Amino acid sequence: MRPGDTSLPDTQKSSSGSAGLRLFGLVYKEALQIIRDPSSIAIAFVLPIILLLLFGYGVSLDAKHVPLGLVIEAPSPKTSDFAAALSHSEYFNVIRLPDRNKAITAMLSGRINGIIVLRSDFARKLYSASGAPIQAIINGTDANTARIISGYVQGAWQTWLIHYNLDHGQSITAPVSVEQRMWFNADIRSRNFLIPGLIAIIMTLIGTLLTALVVAREWERGTMEALLVTPVRIDEILLGKLIPYFVLGMGGMTIATVMAVWVFGVPFRGSVLALIGVSSLFMLAALGMGLLISTLARSQFVAGQVAIIIAFLPAFILSGFIFDIASMPGLVQLLTHIIPARYFVAALQSLFLAGTLWQVLLSNSIALAIMALVFLGVTRMRTSKALE
Amino acid sequence: MTAPVVTLASVTKYFRSKQRQVTAIDGVSATMAAGRITGLVGPDGAGKTTLIRLIAGLLRPNAGKVEVLGFDTAHAAQKIQASIGYMPQRFGLYEDLSVFENFTLYARLRALRGTAREARFTELMDFTGLGPFRDRLAGQLSGGMKQKLGLACALVHPPRLLVLDEPSVGVDPVSRRELWSIVETLVDDGVSVLWSTAYLDEAERCHDVLLMNEGKLLHAGPPGPMSADLAGRTYTFALAGMDKRTIIPRLRQHPYVMDVLIKGGGVHLLLTHEPNDTQTSELMEELGLDAGDLHPEPPRFEDAFIALLKEPDVRPLAQSPAPADAPIPLHHHTASTLARTGPVIQVEHLVRRFGPFRAVDDIGFFVARGEIFGLLGPNGAGKSTTFKMLCGLLPPTDGKALVLGIDLRKAAAAARAHIGYMAQRFSLYADMSVSENLTFFASAYGLGGNARSRRIADALEEFALGDLAQVKSAQLPLGYKQRLALACAIMHEPGVLFLDEPTSGVDPLVRREFWTRINTMAADGVTVLVTTHFMEEAEYCDRLGIIYEGKLVALGTPDQLKSEHRTREQPSPSLEDAFIELIQTYDREKGHEAR
Repeated sequence: MRPGDTSLPDTQKSSSGSAGLRLFGLVYKEALQIIRDPSSIAIAFVLPIILLLLFGYGVSLDAKHVPLGLVIEAPSPKTSDFAAALSHSEYFNVIRLPDRNKAITAMLSGRINGIIVLRSDFARKLYSASGAPIQAIINGTDANTARIISGYVQGAWQTWLIHYNLDHGQSITAPVSVEQRMWFNADIRSRNFLIPGLIAIIMTLIGTLLTALVVAREWERGTMEALLVTPVRIDEILLGKLIPYFVLGMGGMTIATVMAVWVFGVPFRGSVLALIGVSSLFMLAALGMGLLISTLARSQFVAGQVAIIIAFLPAFILSGFIFDIASMPGLVQLLTHIIPARYFVAALQSLFLAGTLWQVLLSNSIALAIMALVFLGVTRMRTSKALE
Repeated sequence: MTAPVVTLASVTKYFRSKQRQVTAIDGVSATMAAGRITGLVGPDGAGKTTLIRLIAGLLRPNAGKVEVLGFDTAHAAQKIQASIGYMPQRFGLYEDLSVFENFTLYARLRALRGTAREARFTELMDFTGLGPFRDRLAGQLSGGMKQKLGLACALVHPPRLLVLDEPSVGVDPVSRRELWSIVETLVDDGVSVLWSTAYLDEAERCHDVLLMNEGKLLHAGPPGPMSADLAGRTYTFALAGMDKRTIIPRLRQHPYVMDVLIKGGGVHLLLTHEPNDTQTSELMEELGLDAGDLHPEPPRFEDAFIALLKEPDVRPLAQSPAPADAPIPLHHHTASTLARTGPVIQVEHLVRRFGPFRAVDDIGFFVARGEIFGLLGPNGAGKSTTFKMLCGLLPPTDGKALVLGIDLRKAAAAARAHIGYMAQRFSLYADMSVSENLTFFASAYGLGGNARSRRIADALEEFALGDLAQVKSAQLPLGYKQRLALACAIMHEPGVLFLDEPTSGVDPLVRREFWTRINTMAADGVTVLVTTHFMEEAEYCDRLGIIYEGKLVALGTPDQLKSEHRTREQPSPSLEDAFIELIQTYDREKGHEAR
C-alpha cells in the first residue's frame, strides 16, 4: 500500500466502536500530557500538599498564648491571685508592666495584643454591688482575634471569680455565668474545619484552573485546530478533558482526606460514600466552570486570570472556608449562593465534624448538581467545531 | 474531467471586533481540480489561512458557499473532516508526546486500530524517514522533522484532499525540498493537495495557483501562463563593478521599468512593455552600458505577481505606494562619533553554550562601515543567538562580539545610542497611534524637546505616515506597520542597524520598498546587519555568512557563494541551490544523523 493509497477499508462510520476508540485516544493522550507536564503535577499534587501543610501547621485562627500586658496599680493578695490565674491560662502570655503608659507604649509597638488594668481600688470594690473594676483594652485591628481575646478575658475573669468565692466561702454575688460547650469541634481547633474546607480549594484548582489552562494551551499551540479537523465530535473532546481531570481531582481529594485524618488528626465522622458522592458533584461543577472559561479564553494567560478571579478567590473567600458566611453583609451572603464551593465546604465540614447529616448533604448536593448541569450544559452549547 | 474537489462560490468572510469589521475573504470564487497541487499563494494577511479554515470546515462563510468533496461545509463539515487531512501552521503536534504517541492519537481519532495502525505507522515512518525517532518527543525534533511528523499525522487515514497551511515556514531549504518530493509522490497516488505559501518561488512548483492579496483572488490557474504573459519583458544585466546603491533608484524612476531586483552581482528588470531595439539601447546607454549587455531572461512568478499588483484596477486600495514614487531623502549624520576606520561589527571566536548544547560554535566575521551583512540560516541554526550577543542581550560563553569597538554588555548605554534594532514582529504598541509610538521610541532613546518634535515630523514625512499619524498601529496595513517599525528603530539616527527577519511574510512590493530605504541608508554610511532564512532577502546583502548548527559554514558575497557551487548539471545555481549544497556537504562530512 502506498502512502497516498485510498484503498484502506472504510473505518470512518461513526459506529460506537470508533467513537469509543476516539475517546480512549483523547483520554490516553491527556493522561500522558499530565504525567509529563511539570505544571500539571505542580497544580495537582505539589500545591495541594503545600496548602495542606500550610493550613495544617502554619495558619491557625485560634488565639493561644496571646501576649497580654497586666498593670496592677495597687498590689494585694487578691490581685496576685488573679494575676496567677491569668498566667496559668494557656491562652495568655502575661507580661507584667509597671503602669498604664508603659502598657500603651507596648501595645503601640505591637509587643502585646491587650492590656488588663487592675485599678487601685480593685480589692476594696471586689464585693461591692458594682463589682470590681477591671479594665481590658484590646487591639481591635483584627476584629476577629479581638473578639476571641475579649471572650477569653471575660471567661478567665468569671472563672477566677467563682473559684475565689468558693475558696473564701463568700456568698456568690457573681453575675450569671454562661457555661459554654463546643459541639463538633470540642477542642476548638481551627485546623479541624480549615482542612476539610481545603479539599474544596484543591478541587477548584484542579477542576477549574488546571482544566482551563490545558484547554487554552491546546488553542495556543494550534493542536486544537488539528484535532477539530478529524472525525472527532465535540462531546468526545469535552469528555476527553472531563474524564482525566475528574480522576485527577478525585485523587487530590483522596490525598487531602488521607492527610487530614492520618497526619493532622482531623476527625472524619461521616460516610465515605457520601464524601465520594458530593465530591463528584462538586468536581463536575468545577470542571464545568473550567471548560466554560476555556471556551471564552483561548490564551493560557487570560484563562488563568479568569479562573483565579471567578473560581479560586471566591472559593477561598466566599465559601465559608475561612470566613463565616453568616457574618458577611447581606449582599455578599446572597452572592455566595452562586459559588459552588460554598455548598461543598458546608457538606465537607458536616461530613468531617458532625457525621452524615442527610438534610445538610441533600440540600447542598442538589445545589451542586444544578450548578454542574448549568456549567456543563452552557459549555456544550457554546462549543462547536468551528473556530469562532 | 473529474469533479473539482473544492468549489468556492462568491465566498465572503469577515471578522468583527469591537468597532471594526475586517473583511478577510472578499467574494472569492474558484475551483480546485482533483489530483493536482493547488498553491494558495499570497503575502501575510492576504486571507490564506482564513480560506483554508473555511475549506476545512473550521469557519463558516458569511456569504457564498464552500463545497469540499461534494459536501457543503455549512451542513456536512463532519463528513468533510473524515475525508481530508489537515496540517495547520506549526503542524498541530503535541510537543510533550513522542513521535509514536502523536501518531497513535491521530490514528485513534481516525478509528485506525491494531495491526492496521501498526502497518500504517511503519509505512509512514519509512515514507517520511522518521523511523529512527519513534520515541523522541515532538518538541525535540528539528523544524523539518516536526513538519514531516505533522504530515504523517495528517496522512494517517489516506485523505482524498490534503490541506497544508504554510508547511514550509520555519523549515530549512533541505527539508522544504524533501517535503515537496513527498507531496509530489502523494499526488501521483491520486491525492489532491492544497498548499498555502507566502514564498512566491513555491508557486512555480504547483500545478495550479490561487493568488490572493488582501482578501481578493487576483489570479487562478496554472502558474506558467501567468508569467508567460510577461514574455519579452524580463531582462538581466551584470553590475560589473557599478554601484548598485545608486543604480537601483535611478532604474526605478525610469519610465520603461516596472520592477528592479538585485540578484547577486546582477540586476533583474521587469519592463512595462516588450521593448524594441532602440528602447533597449536607450535604456542601457543611460546607464553607460551597451545594448548587448542586456540579456533576456524567462519571467518568473514573482514578476507576474508584481505586474498584477501594479495594475491599477486590480490593485486593492490602501496599498503602499510604489517604491518608485518614494524617493527617500534620509538625512543621516554620516559619521557616528564612535565610528572608526576599522570594522564596525567585529565577531571573533564567538561561542554560546546552553548546557551541553553549543548554540553558537566559534563564529567569526567582520562588517565594514556602510556594508549590508546578512546572517543566513534555517531556524534554530544560531542566528538569533549571535544577534542577541551582538545586541548585548545575552552574554557570550567565549569570544568577542564588538559593535563600534565596544562590548555592548559592558558599555550598554553609550553604545546603544548608536544602534537601531528592528525586531522580527515589529515591536510596536498595537493600541497606540503612529505618532504615539514614534514619541515613545524617541523618548526611549533620550530625545526631548525640539529635537524630538523635529525627528517625529521628519519621520512622518520620510515614511509618508503623516496622514496616518492618529491611526492606531494595530489598524495599519502590514506594509505601513513595517515602515513605522523602521521609523521607530532609527529615531535616534543610529550608525548601526540590526534587522531581525525584517520582511518575512510581506508582499514583494513592500519588501522592495523596505530594501530601497535600507540601501539608501547604507549608502549614507549606516552599517546594516540582517538575519534571514529567506533566500530572496539574502540577495540584497553585500556579503553573507551562512550559519548552520551553530557554525559559520560559508562567508562571501552572494555571487561568490553561488559560483563556488557551480557544477556541470547546474551552470547557474541559485542561492538556495548553493545553500542546500553547502548544508549537504556539511552533513556528509560530519556523518550526520538522518535528517
